[in-house]
Amino acid sequence: MAFESNVDIDHPVHDVRVEAMKNFEMKGFPNKKLEAWKYTSLNSLQKVDFSIFPKEVNALEYKDVKKYFLHEMDTYKIVFVDGIYSSFLSETTHDGVDICLMSSALTKPMYKPVIDVYFNKVASNDESLTTLNTAFSREGAYIYIPKNKMPKKPVEIVHFATGNEASLMLQPRNLIVVEENAELQIIERHQSLTSNEVLTNCVTEIYAATNAIVDYYKVQNDTASSSLIDNTYINQKNKSVVKVHTFAFGGKLTRNNLNFYQNGEYIDSTMKGVTILGEKQHVDHHTLVHHIEPNCESHQDYKGIYGENSTGVFNGKIIVDKVAQKTNAFQQNNNILISDKATINTKPQLEIFADDVKCSHGCTIGQLDEEALFYLQSRGIPKKEARALLMYAFANNVLESVRIPELKTRINKLIAKKLGVSLGFDL
Amino acid sequence: MLKIDNLHAGVEGNEILNGINLEVKAGEVHAIMGPNGSGKSTLAAVIAGKEEFEVTEGTVVLNGEDLEESAPEERAHKGIFLSFQYPVEIPGVTVTNFMKTAINESRKAKGLEDMPANQMLKLIREKSELLDINRKFLSRSLNEGFSGGEKKRNEIFQMAMLEPKLAILDETDSGLDIDALRIVANGVNKLKSKDNAVIIITHYQRLLEYIVPDYVHVLHEGKIVKSGSKELAFELEEKGYDWIKNEAVV
Ligand SMILES: Nc1ncnc2c1ncn2[C@@H]1O[C@H](COP(=O)(O)OP(=O)(O)O)[C@@H](O)[C@H]1O
Ligand SMILES: [Mg+2]
Repeated sequence: MAFESNVDIDHPVHDVRVEAMKNFEMKGFPNKKLEAWKYTSLNSLQKVDFSIFPKEVNALEYKDVKKYFLHEMDTYKIVFVDGIYSSFLSETTHDGVDICLMSSALTKPMYKPVIDVYFNKVASNDESLTTLNTAFSREGAYIYIPKNKMPKKPVEIVHFATGNEASLMLQPRNLIVVEENAELQIIERHQSLTSNEVLTNCVTEIYAATNAIVDYYKVQNDTASSSLIDNTYINQKNKSVVKVHTFAFGGKLTRNNLNFYQNGEYIDSTMKGVTILGEKQHVDHHTLVHHIEPNCESHQDYKGIYGENSTGVFNGKIIVDKVAQKTNAFQQNNNILISDKATINTKPQLEIFADDVKCSHGCTIGQLDEEALFYLQSRGIPKKEARALLMYAFANNVLESVRIPELKTRINKLIAKKLGVSLGFDL
Repeated sequence: MLKIDNLHAGVEGNEILNGINLEVKAGEVHAIMGPNGSGKSTLAAVIAGKEEFEVTEGTVVLNGEDLEESAPEERAHKGIFLSFQYPVEIPGVTVTNFMKTAINESRKAKGLEDMPANQMLKLIREKSELLDINRKFLSRSLNEGFSGGEKKRNEIFQMAMLEPKLAILDETDSGLDIDALRIVANGVNKLKSKDNAVIIITHYQRLLEYIVPDYVHVLHEGKIVKSGSKELAFELEEKGYDWIKNEAVV
């Protein structure tokens, strides 16, 4: 892989970038010898000669990409085309809250106080792909919600790849700060519009202050030539509630590194996921919850349906520090294999140093229940629909906590489409 | 309506049914009794088309049509209904959504449009009242956490919704207290007509006091070893099955 080196040395975060570049050069791309990358190989991606800064950018018409937005409702939009901000497709705001661009936040003095406190503070300096992003990222979403505020509508962050370059590598970087008692809902999507190879290495930092509420929905339903490595780092303070839903419906290779750090008490961290894969798609969910202080909760519920030659990984790491007494940590990963060629590797990883904790974890891998299928068929529901209904039901409780009804409907439809059926109702 | 001829069926080479003959005409009620493990549920499942059981010989014919090639859902569309001995729990699908799907899939198979929502609601209301089923119950996940009696009542509710031509009730009475038994029996009787038929599978003649059979058959080791009128049920209740078994051996 070749990197062009047109880095702006006068940039305020220049030193951070130089440091990150050094770290990346030392570590290089993760390989399968690393425990955390045992089941996900980046070999085939490393062979591609990606260009990291696109030379020219395609213009997109809203009508052509409308379907990738949650157009049934009004939203703020921060939209990028081949890594470059599209003001034409976006709807940003500075009306009491800042919903805008990373590039301007990094350069305009008024944002400096926030950047100084938060930029690259929770993101890892150790994880090589995150350092790669830190070194090369130029653009992304910047969201700052001051105390007691809540934006009027959800925010959509959408990255399009149009394929002017033969193979494109994108390094989006998002910074999201939600202050005390503030609230925010985000829907994020990476969408390729080309059959050329696309690799996105995205880093998102989220800071949730005391009593803040953040809902983050990741919709991953990309093409067979696009891969995503998502690195999300969440720092939570007292009594904050952060929920991340990941809908992993495709793409060539998807790696979700989702990291929660509970820096306070009475925090609630929720990770939910529905994965429906087919063909030769690969998804790897790596979650981490670090319980640092007492009296906090974490909930993880990932459901996976794997067909054809698809492969899945779920690795859920929970660390409970010695002082983090009265921690409640729940983790559940249930999978259905609907083809004999599909595989899933699922593993809880618990490191518990406190003695007064409630911690439960469970993982299952199964097939569809034949008796249940017969029951539905005996009531006149054809086998295909009956299978879909059972899979719907299986994934249902993950959707229950989606708080945007329009999104829920959309996800329902996506699931139905993935399963190749139309059902007469939404769950 | 239903004609079963020399039916042999089993699982992986183990024969469970070995030579069943049974004819059920429209308007009739048949009871099938017999000791545990004699093959009653297997017979019911084979009629409903469960693929786990392999039919090795004989035929099941519904209204002149051999069912051999019909999938369970096609048999349902043709009017067969099986009330399960052990109804399956389906978390995540409410009773109402399940019924909507079942009814509309059956309509689709007949080339009909979906039932209009208001008509569906009216039908659900009527039938749930018939079986004295609480509204709240209908928005719960199908059979999940239901008591044994609730599951059975829910089966008959589904039957009332689907209005089958041939209903097979597999031990619907077990798990029901006397009041629930009366409600269920009353529901079945209300649905009964000269155009449909019912096969009741039971251990006891208790249910047969409420739904009076025209014929009683005794199943033993996968064969009907005795048939008679409703009096046979009383005799079985009194004497148990041993005398039949002995008779069968002779
Ligand atoms: N799926 C199956 N696999 C193997 N044996 C079965 C299966 N289902 C039923 N059997 C056997 O067939 C026999 C009849 O069972 P069943 O039809 O359930 O009897 P009944 O309903 O009269 O109690 C029993 O010996 C039972 O163990
Ligand atoms: Mg039985």
